[in-house]
Amino acid sequence: MKTILDSEQVGRILDDMCSRIAADTRSKPNVAVIGVRSRGEQLGERLAMCLAGKLGREVPSGTLDITLYRDDLNSPQSHWQPQVRTTEIGFDIDDKFIILVDDVLFTGRSTRAAMDALIDLGRPEAIRLAVLVERAGREFPIQADYVGYHADVKGDERIRVRLVECDDKDEVVVE
Amino acid sequence: MALKRKSRHFNWTRKHLLGLRELSEEEITFILDTARGFEEISKRSVKKAPPLRGKVVVNLFFEDSTRTRNSFTLAAQRLSADVVEFTKKLSSVSKGETLLDTARNLEALGIDIVVIRHEAAGAPKLLARNINACVVNAGDGYCEHPTQALLDTYTIRRKRGTLEGLKIAIVGDIAHSRVARSDMWAMTKLGAEVTFVGPPTLMPAEVSRLPVKVSYSLDEVIEHVDVVNMLRIQFERMGGNPFPSVREYSHYFGLTAERMKRAKPDITVMHPGPINRGLEVESEVADGPNSVILQQVTNGVAVRMAVLFLVNHAAAQRA
Repeated sequence: MKTILDSEQVGRILDDMCSRIAADTRSKPNVAVIGVRSRGEQLGERLAMCLAGKLGREVPSGTLDITLYRDDLNSPQSHWQPQVRTTEIGFDIDDKFIILVDDVLFTGRSTRAAMDALIDLGRPEAIRLAVLVERAGREFPIQADYVGYHADVKGDERIRVRLVECDDKDEVVVE
Repeated sequence: MALKRKSRHFNWTRKHLLGLRELSEEEITFILDTARGFEEISKRSVKKAPPLRGKVVVNLFFEDSTRTRNSFTLAAQRLSADVVEFTKKLSSVSKGETLLDTARNLEALGIDIVVIRHEAAGAPKLLARNINACVVNAGDGYCEHPTQALLDTYTIRRKRGTLEGLKIAIVGDIAHSRVARSDMWAMTKLGAEVTFVGPPTLMPAEVSRLPVKVSYSLDEVIEHVDVVNMLRIQFERMGGNPFPSVREYSHYFGLTAERMKRAKPDITVMHPGPINRGLEVESEVADGPNSVILQQVTNGVAVRMAVLFLVNHAAAQRA
């Protein structure tokens, strides 16, 4: 296990990402943040708070559970237990400018599922993707609009994002 | 109220839901936790999510039912499954076909999940042993009605956070009630203390061997309980005269506004429906602030979605 980002770096990267998103959404009163469970939830909340500070107005935020939209749900090869959790979006996403937040962008399958889940809830004006870490290995034609950090890792290595809200501290490690 | 999630790393492996007696506390908790995630789908303007797309659910109902059948149908449809309705009156059963032949014929049509209600206890188990599809018990004889008990416990958890340490009275026609039995298994496994309340003529013979307290007087228990579940008097199942008159039953075992004055102010009032208004529960109480009777109906869909989702996933894993 190797730490690639420590707590200070995670903080700096998020702040930088937030500044870039704020610059792009200054003229967008309808901006809203939606985090993908599980770690995207906390990242989304932090980004929404930071954005609200920089833009000087409230930025609604919500949490999306994509379990029911995964493409491997009925696949016999996947020996995993789906943990269905709640989707909590307390606002109407119609015509919103959505910043979709996830921790790691890898194959692109989670993002595909997240977009399908969002579309089932309404018709946003646009969806932009913000990820803390991206790595090579895309299986779908999906790219992020805001990338915090590009990690050079081998195919069988796993990136884990730990956040102080659910783990001991902020850090990104490679296993 | 927020729910405690105790079951994060639990692995669900059952492709049938036959009863709650055989389920562990962890399994029951896992179903309830899963159901929480399905509630939101029913609040959308487009009430649909894709996990059972292309799957076929058959409602195989040998007894009349409106609410349970509709609830299962909606649950299956909201998960994008196709639903085939099968009722005894409209089927070949009236021409003499046996349960197993009926089921095998349905299976030959390519179904994935059978939701069965049958007057004979054990019918779902018989089916589960003989067909490949998943089987979900929607009520068998006087034995079990697991999804009703799951929605009851779910409703209590949503209202009060936990069942641990709660005192729950199940009142009325215990002898003819599969709901009472399934409730008892679920509620006691989750840490509640259950009391069966009713006239001796409506207590099951085996009650002393069950993990419950027994009382023959609602007045004795009403002051002490946190939850009261008023069962329906099932006139259609009763032979003989289990109580002298409807009025007398209501006098001793009905939940009246008068009786509610002696209950804890935050008592939760439940009823599995359909209500005989004025008999088991007075209208004022059924429609009052302590009643969660309509929440039970709403929660039933989420709980059944969770059950269909989990048995289907377990079946996919075994394939």
